[in-house]
Amino acid sequence: MDNILEVKNLSKKYLEFELKNVNFNLPKGMIMGFIGENGAGKTTTIKAILDIIKDYSGEIKILNFDNKKETTKIQENVGVVLDDMFFPEILTPNDINTIMKDTYKNWDSNLYFKYIKDFSLPLKKQIKTLSKGMRKKLEIVTALSHHPKLLILDEPTSGLDPIARNEVISIFQDFIQNGECSIFFSSHITTDLEHIADYITFINNGEIVLSKTCDELLNEYGIVKCTEKEFDTLDKKDYVKYIKTKCEYDVLIENKKAFNTKYKIKTIDNITLEDLMLIMVKGVK
Amino acid sequence: MEIIISNSSGVPIYEQIKEQIKVKIVSNELKAGELLPSIRSLAKDLRCSVITTKNAYEELVKDGYVINVPQKGFYVAEINKDVVREELLNKIETLLDEAVNIAKLNNIDKKTILEMMEILYEEEK
Repeated sequence: MDNILEVKNLSKKYLEFELKNVNFNLPKGMIMGFIGENGAGKTTTIKAILDIIKDYSGEIKILNFDNKKETTKIQENVGVVLDDMFFPEILTPNDINTIMKDTYKNWDSNLYFKYIKDFSLPLKKQIKTLSKGMRKKLEIVTALSHHPKLLILDEPTSGLDPIARNEVISIFQDFIQNGECSIFFSSHITTDLEHIADYITFINNGEIVLSKTCDELLNEYGIVKCTEKEFDTLDKKDYVKYIKTKCEYDVLIENKKAFNTKYKIKTIDNITLEDLMLIMVKGVK
Repeated sequence: MEIIISNSSGVPIYEQIKEQIKVKIVSNELKAGELLPSIRSLAKDLRCSVITTKNAYEELVKDGYVINVPQKGFYVAEINKDVVREELLNKIETLLDEAVNIAKLNNIDKKTILEMMEILYEEEK
């Protein structure tokens, strides 16, 4: 299958933080969730993909276009929502249409106004009077209205109430219906991702810890809850990491079935992405 | 198409989809030759990922319940009664195997087990 986004050996050094050799691919027609704690390198990675930071090394391709060389093609094909709002606050949603019409070749005013209506956004109110949730929705609507092939969003659902999140998720699923478009989005509201993400890429301390299909993670990984005595019987290679609490050991394993045939420990929970993040970040081996 | 997904049952979602479609096919609610929803539209309807519905359909194809016609979609297959029977027999064998293992581990003889089977079988009728 063709990849819509390829990130190869991406590295970037700051004084006190470093992105180390980040690699992952996003196939056509799929949604990838990008998770990790605050400061893990999510936004830096996104900014490198969009070529809006300097001095990073590695190769990034969007729809097979080099992100540094073919910037016009990339702008036409990528819709972006960053954490911080990029419109001047005195503009109205109506003004944004006027500006974007001249910015993007493929800008679709009808589609934009349709989304504005679907999301019940006001046309003639200045952005500064809109609530946080409305601003976020406006950004998403704007990112979608020039028919991009790839949507890149940094925390698109944070700050949105459950109903608005639900609307956004529906729009995301509509967006990938034709099988040609993909979505890459970072989030720490992990339940949204569990529902709709095809792939999960997990970054910790500037390094990619894993990049897998969400089904594989949720169906195969598990958390073994056991006593110290039981924990001592475990082979180191049979678990990923563990956390010791006052009452029990929480042990992250990669394959519930294989574990079941080897050990007799009964309590194996299914994981959520939140558990996974917690044990990967806080756990020890 | 009515499919009920439980997020707390612990059963993988693709398996829930697969089993429910299977039941619909065996019970003839979905008829041979009928076109199933596309993997993408089903994913949207169920609010799950595309890979999940794709896995479910691929398993149905593997088990002979569904046919994949490239460029067109997934159709309900003419189900082979032998295949269904074979699968059911496999399932029964697995369950019996577990019962026999428990019996052997605890020195319960074959006769007792067979008697139990007789009684159960008659009761079920």
